[in-house]
Amino acid sequence: MVEWLTIISIWLVPITIMMILLIAIIKKVPAYEVFVEGGKEGLKMSISLLPFLLGMLVAIAILRSSGALDAFITFLQPVLSKVGFPAEIAPLAILRPISGTAALSVTSEIIKIYGPDSFLGRLASTMQGSTDTTLYILTVYFGAVGIKKMGDALKVGLIADFIGIMVSVMIVTWLFL
Amino acid sequence: MINIIWAMMAIIGIVYAMFNGTMEQVNEALFKGANDAVTLVISLTSVLVFWVGIMRVAEHAGILRGFAKVSRPVVRRLFPELPADHPAMGYILANFSANLFGLGNAATPMGIKAMEEMKKISQSDRASNSMITFLVINTSSITLVPTTVIAIRMEYQSVAPTEIVASTILATLITTVAAITVDRLLRKRRDSLL
Repeated sequence: MVEWLTIISIWLVPITIMMILLIAIIKKVPAYEVFVEGGKEGLKMSISLLPFLLGMLVAIAILRSSGALDAFITFLQPVLSKVGFPAEIAPLAILRPISGTAALSVTSEIIKIYGPDSFLGRLASTMQGSTDTTLYILTVYFGAVGIKKMGDALKVGLIADFIGIMVSVMIVTWLFL
Repeated sequence: MINIIWAMMAIIGIVYAMFNGTMEQVNEALFKGANDAVTLVISLTSVLVFWVGIMRVAEHAGILRGFAKVSRPVVRRLFPELPADHPAMGYILANFSANLFGLGNAATPMGIKAMEEMKKISQSDRASNSMITFLVINTSSITLVPTTVIAIRMEYQSVAPTEIVASTILATLITTVAAITVDRLLRKRRDSLL
């Protein structure tokens, strides 16, 4: 099953590109000219993204390097372990919505220390895979098209992350313990 | 809200550094963070130019419209505000399928295009209901094979690197459904306020 899905992921992109270009030729679309025109638009998007991403990444970098984020995590850990949440996993749960690279390094660290087939290793793997970096997604998607008022997006995104983290703990406990 | 959150992240960090004696690290991180952003945007640029170009070809060839038609029964229920056969639906479906197969590279440009099409409909700089629903589904990460995690597990000699696929899919599924539900509830409240 997993091997099949991996093969599909590898084939999917080249096949999709081939199909698009084939249909374009059949329908007599000036493929190269249209591609370049779209590419210019892509370039514009990435330039307009830069200030949004830069602002967000710098703020996160300040928060992390000052030690404030770590202090916050240390402060929360005893509270979380009281409600039955494994304290070792708390840093990952808190970092996951904020910073993709930080979360990934915490996941690697947990897997390295406790082993990939331990309860914590499996839990970190599941948590890493089942949620995404909300702050990054909002920054990129809203930034690229110039949405200034995000409405409930951040709130709903963070609620979803919270649910994802709790559900991961429950599912891994139920499946592997 | 984002203005306050953003400013507070920096302010809290700097104030904390004053007492924690980490001002030097903060100084370094300032410019490292800025540098990281530029590196990230450069790597995003190649992907954006390529995929937006290819998808433009797909749009001209009428493939996107076909996509929109196929996905209508499902997508229409999630995004009731989008007009029938609008290209936004095609891009939304393309983004979801790319995410599903772990093609994060391709998913981002299609997601941005979907947002752009939705912005054309709403004609405002305020996030529309459809945009919020779309982003919430994206942040709860719909993926079938978490390739990065499997790679890390292999690196540390897991006896079964892929055993977490089932738990991940299950967690993703529950989270996505819960997120859509929360979004629906908030949307109702939002609409009743207007």
